[in-house]
Amino acid sequence: MNLLKKVSCAALLGIFSQVVAAADSGHDLYMKRGCYQCHGTVGQGSIAGPNLLPKLMPYAAFAIYVRTPANQMPPFSEKVLSDAELRSVHAYLASLPASPAADSISLLPKAGGK
Amino acid sequence: MVAAETMGGMHSGHSEDLPGHVSNPGSDFMVDVLKAANIEYVAMMTSSALRGLQESIAYYGKNKAPELIICPHEEIAVGVAHGYAKMAGKPMACMVHSTVGLMHASMAIYNAWCDRVPLMVIGGNTADATKRRQGVEWIHTAVDQAAMVRDFVKFDDFPGSLQHFAESFMRAQALSMTPPMEPVLILADGELQEVPAEDPKSLKIPKMVEVSPPEGDARSVAKAAAILLAAKNPVIVVDRSARTAEGVGLLIKLAEALNAPVVDQCGRMNMPTTHYLNHTWLKAKLLRSADVILALEVGDLWGVVNTISDTPGRPSKRVAKPDVRVISISTNHLYSKSNYGDIQRYQEAELTMAADAQATMPSLIEAIRKGTTAAQATAIAARKQPMQADFLAMRNAARDAAALGWDASPISTARLSQEIWAQIKNDKWSLVSDPFYVSYWQHRLWDISEYKQFIGGSGGYGLGYGLSAAVGAALACKSEGRIAINIQPDGDLLMVPSALWTLAHHKIPLLTLMHNNRAWHQETMHLQRMGTRRDRNAESWREGTLIEEPFVDYAMMAKSMGVWAEGPISDPALLGPAIKRALAVVRSGLPALLDVVTQPR
Repeated sequence: MNLLKKVSCAALLGIFSQVVAAADSGHDLYMKRGCYQCHGTVGQGSIAGPNLLPKLMPYAAFAIYVRTPANQMPPFSEKVLSDAELRSVHAYLASLPASPAADSISLLPKAGGK
Repeated sequence: MVAAETMGGMHSGHSEDLPGHVSNPGSDFMVDVLKAANIEYVAMMTSSALRGLQESIAYYGKNKAPELIICPHEEIAVGVAHGYAKMAGKPMACMVHSTVGLMHASMAIYNAWCDRVPLMVIGGNTADATKRRQGVEWIHTAVDQAAMVRDFVKFDDFPGSLQHFAESFMRAQALSMTPPMEPVLILADGELQEVPAEDPKSLKIPKMVEVSPPEGDARSVAKAAAILLAAKNPVIVVDRSARTAEGVGLLIKLAEALNAPVVDQCGRMNMPTTHYLNHTWLKAKLLRSADVILALEVGDLWGVVNTISDTPGRPSKRVAKPDVRVISISTNHLYSKSNYGDIQRYQEAELTMAADAQATMPSLIEAIRKGTTAAQATAIAARKQPMQADFLAMRNAARDAAALGWDASPISTARLSQEIWAQIKNDKWSLVSDPFYVSYWQHRLWDISEYKQFIGGSGGYGLGYGLSAAVGAALACKSEGRIAINIQPDGDLLMVPSALWTLAHHKIPLLTLMHNNRAWHQETMHLQRMGTRRDRNAESWREGTLIEEPFVDYAMMAKSMGVWAEGPISDPALLGPAIKRALAVVRSGLPALLDVVTQPR
């Protein structure tokens, strides 16, 4: 039983390590391929590109969009961003902690109107 | 008459007869002209071609109204005048050395041209070739010196006498201040500056005049009112609609008379961000459904109705409905030149008024009020509640967007914006930088309600405008105790770093927060688009667009020129306290700079 537990823990740690490694390499790719330029380093978006979080697209839809984007985003082929690399980028975005809600930020008061 | 009264007043008369002395130089009279034209400041890079005038301002004019603002580069001098004019509502002068100085200044003059800003550029030249010393003085003269900037000044002249100088300066100022407002250039002849004024009592300085801006004619105004009243979904688009605080009030009245949403392109402070009819960030949706578009001083009307994509082939498409009725009121219809593209692509409008929008609004508002039927009044009133709801949804969507990446490092531009806002919102303040580079957070989140709280952008997108214009705007803010806030892109600062010295030297209180994304980021995005679109090295964009290896220490740079500074700051938790310390310096009457390492946009 103890042996089984030890094996399960080791397996889980292995999976966890792989996820962390994928996220780390995804962050590296996210920066080097220039995704951050329009979408920000934590996917928050900007005037130049939409936010990717908090509602991250499922991987399948994400991949379709990156390969065949709408508007002015250039298409990323497998030559410049392989499927494995794209999965890492997605894993990086999925690993990011949630941003605080606007209501919890005192510097973001609710809007009024005149 | 000022000249007749003042010429000679400062002079003892003793030195006229002494060999080698000149007691009544022509440049003293030129100072009288500047004073009569109510020129408060002259930004300048010291110049041998203008040495006579510089000495006269310093001694004869006692360096007061006009006062010299010393700039280490002619581009800065013109940029300072650019920012000052927009904040002060009147031009200042800038002195630029002959050929090479005017070449340095030319980009900044072009910015002011594109931004429809009045400023008086004074250049040096010597017409009589026999009076030029060999070597440099020949190199620094030209047969037609103004030719190099003639495509982007409204008027230029090279007066041959002092009386000519007085008349031409006053004409130039009147033209510069008449919408469409533009820079003008007067060349001050070297000999005219330095030899004694002949018969000074005969010289007369014409009075400074204010030229009435052109208003739309009654027939066109009535037609515009009828089209707007018949509209179900009218949209008002503004760019440089307001010239003064009165222009803001008029736009509010116009929009409220129709309950029509306003899209502000932020060329000036046109429409309060707090008003329920400011729907700027709903632009795409509004333009798709508009049946009437009223464009007020919009430079790029084609770009309102259509769009062109930065994709291979550059396809363009119409954004607005095919049958949208377009009304354009702008002084751009009165005056243009061919060579440079700030004229933008041609877009026809059903009704075009070659008129100043602010001057035309009172009659348009009146025509709408008088022409509104009971049914139309009911329909207009019914639009109010949906407009209020859409406005609140728009503002709160911006608030939600600002929360994303709130704790990120580098610091998000939304966080940067709100950390400032929290500490200045109860003060008298002005944003004197272009919000384009920081995702327009100030216009999306701040309560910008007064004309002087925002001055628009560069006009020509020529780098080096940012800090230079902020210096000029802060100079104008100083006298009224207004805190000037400059969110400063790093690439722009690297063009004109010595403007920091001008701030320190003249003790101009300006709060500068670096938007230090360590890149020429607009180009970063362009290059990434190229590499990826060409399906080859997707990292080639790094070459030539990143400001790294080494990073620039902007705080050290500022300190070296006498400006209080801290940074780099990349932890968002440290930003608020740093702003507090910087503001204490600014409130004491001095400039301060915080180097903030930021997200790219």
